Amino acid sequence: MDLSAINPIVLFASLMVASTPILLAALGELVVEKTGVLNLGVEGMMITGAICGFAVAIETGSPALGFLGGALGGAVLSLIFAFLTQVLLSNQVATGLALTLFGLGLSALIGQGYIGQRPPSSGDLVLGLDLMVFLGIGLVALIWWALRATRLGLILRAVGENHDAAHALGYKVVRIRIAAIAFGGACAGLGGAYLSLIRVPQWTEGMTAGAGWIALALVVFASWKPWRVLLGAYLFGGITVLQLNLQAAGVKIPVEYLSMSRYLITILVLVLISVDRTRATLNAPAMLGRKFHASS
Amino acid sequence: MTGTLIKIDGLTKAYPGVIANDNVSFQIDAGEVHALLGENGAGKSTLVKMIYGLVKPDAGQMQLRGKPYAPAEPRAARAAGVAMVFQHFSLFEALTVAENIALGMENPPPMRQLSDRITTVSQDYGLPLDPHRTVGDLSAGERQRVEIIRCLLQDPKLLIMDEPTSVLTPQEVDILFATLRLLRDQGTSILYISHKLEEIRALCDTATILRGGQNVGTCDPRQTAARDMAEMMVGSRLHVPEKVSHATDQVALTVNRLTSRAVSPFGTRLRDVSFQLWQGEILGIGGVAGNGQDELLAAMSGEMQVNPDAIRLGNRPIGHLGPNKRRRLGLLAAPEERLGHAAAPDMTLTENALLSGKVRKALEENGFLNWNKARRFADQIIDRFDVRTPNAANAARSLSGGNLQKFVIGREILQNPLVLVVNQPTWGVDAQAAAAIRQALLDLAAEGAAVIVISQDLDELMEITDRFAALNEGRLSAPRPTADLDVEQIGLMLGGAHGMEVAHAPEESTAAQ
Repeated sequence: MDLSAINPIVLFASLMVASTPILLAALGELVVEKTGVLNLGVEGMMITGAICGFAVAIETGSPALGFLGGALGGAVLSLIFAFLTQVLLSNQVATGLALTLFGLGLSALIGQGYIGQRPPSSGDLVLGLDLMVFLGIGLVALIWWALRATRLGLILRAVGENHDAAHALGYKVVRIRIAAIAFGGACAGLGGAYLSLIRVPQWTEGMTAGAGWIALALVVFASWKPWRVLLGAYLFGGITVLQLNLQAAGVKIPVEYLSMSRYLITILVLVLISVDRTRATLNAPAMLGRKFHASS
Repeated sequence: MTGTLIKIDGLTKAYPGVIANDNVSFQIDAGEVHALLGENGAGKSTLVKMIYGLVKPDAGQMQLRGKPYAPAEPRAARAAGVAMVFQHFSLFEALTVAENIALGMENPPPMRQLSDRITTVSQDYGLPLDPHRTVGDLSAGERQRVEIIRCLLQDPKLLIMDEPTSVLTPQEVDILFATLRLLRDQGTSILYISHKLEEIRALCDTATILRGGQNVGTCDPRQTAARDMAEMMVGSRLHVPEKVSHATDQVALTVNRLTSRAVSPFGTRLRDVSFQLWQGEILGIGGVAGNGQDELLAAMSGEMQVNPDAIRLGNRPIGHLGPNKRRRLGLLAAPEERLGHAAAPDMTLTENALLSGKVRKALEENGFLNWNKARRFADQIIDRFDVRTPNAANAARSLSGGNLQKFVIGREILQNPLVLVVNQPTWGVDAQAAAAIRQALLDLAAEGAAVIVISQDLDELMEITDRFAALNEGRLSAPRPTADLDVEQIGLMLGGAHGMEVAHAPEESTAAQ
């Protein structure tokens, strides 16, 4: 066993790469949940973004357009959810689960012709890191600032806190929520495209492998706070990369235990952070998952 | 002070199956406090929602200072100088006072400036308020101040107030009235919605009375007797329950040093609550909402279990027992929230009757439900308590608030409780249904049961209870005979040791911790 083969700087750079997909998806879901909507379709939107981004990048030869395509794909898929839950008032949990199943199937269909291809290279920038990694961190700061200090953020929080009151004050609850859902879809799509274009990089069916679910869990355990989402994503990405390195270094622990450790440790740490139950309840959007109908 | 501010002409609004407003016309002068009186369901709320732009009228026009006025949305109404203080649903508990106020303004200044303005305006009008506190931690009176200041910052010409005093202590009502008179003297018109006649007589210059969606008359409340106005509202003579005390010296229930946790993040835990309840007695527990009422009900019903000896039914310790075991022993409860707590909204009345009556009415045999018996029980409740519904197969949600309340109270009374605990038995119920419910509680006590009525309606407590105790920040005062108390003394009891400090800002922080 040779632990000295693990270079901390390279390790950190690769953990940032490994955590960017779930970071992007979780940030989008955070905004959606802040407006009081629970979209369980993150996994489906991510994988749809992965294949849309991949296909666009192959067809145009431009990774930038590929990312745009991934975001658009995720957003369009999320609008199906938005229409069903916000206009037709369907159950958010069931609709979100259906969206994941639909996204997995749809991506497999679109992806038929793309198996085995290599996407165009997006070119390295700093320390082997690409622009999207920094975009992800920038997005954390932007969402944190917007929710905290801007009027838009205040309105988003207000809608998630009490939709009847927001309606009574004349805010367009449904429109605001649809916009937030589309934003969440775009973020998830972007995260998926990052997987297929940079992290892996190729297309395989079901390649998100539960990343969307991790993103969902991250939002809850991070108590709907952007910086904690970043922390959780890095923790998850870090352990993912570390366990790969440990496997390569030949540590005598069965691979299965190493693979599962990232899920266990991430959840354990976030549970410990959010252990103060009353404060966690205060952070949770009070209207999360509830239907809004402007009848009275 | 002269001239017409707003003229309402023939407003009509129909919903499927009901005409909420039928050709309503009246006008409000500048600098006038105008009362809008009516029972629940008389169409008051729909009418003011039309004025505030939340609901579009089917027919009719409005004129504001001589110009046509048809707000498409609340934003337009606010721009025209119309502001509204809602009865419910318009504050965000997890946000701060300043954030709540910013949400109600068109172009709010930066937060720091806004906080300063809130402090200034709140001092000017005698409504002290700290802009940085979270609304969920405020008392009902303080929450209302948030709404009023939100309106005042827009410099309104017409201020609409929807049942503003229903959650206030008498002292807080006095403070509110002083503020409203100050506003009137500055030329602001106020449309004041209420069904409390004495308040309207004390405050308002003119009153318009609605009944069944129609304007049934305008009067000067200072010249008209409360009884006459009540009869215009109801359209018939009112039956006032008769109070005769049946209290005995047999102990029905003893609560000894009951301490509990809070049921919600913004709830109040009970601290050392002790009292004794006699058979045949009605004990009233007053207090402003959020001072431990929900916790007291949960502890009594068994939803929240406590130390066994904290609650004794007769001589038996029952603090550790769950709701069904307590029901079997004869301690029943009817919580405040009708839809979702006292009744399951989407289940039928029969199913709802079964849910609570299962134990005492033996509606379950060897694990099987006896639906025929359950249906008969539901029919019996509907019949005895005059619940207006086609039949017991209707969903609880389809009943009006008053009818459902009669059903949930009746359901407990017909199970012959030894002790019945009710929270807000007549909240949001019209006067006739309220009188029927109060009479039923009196009849129950006359038969020897002990009743605890938790309520924020002081008139109700004065009318039917034998003894009165006040709940304040989770502490219960010693019960005193109601007959010896007047409204002023009750108000002081409700304020607890803190007395009148609602009127003074610096002590505020100690009052609400």
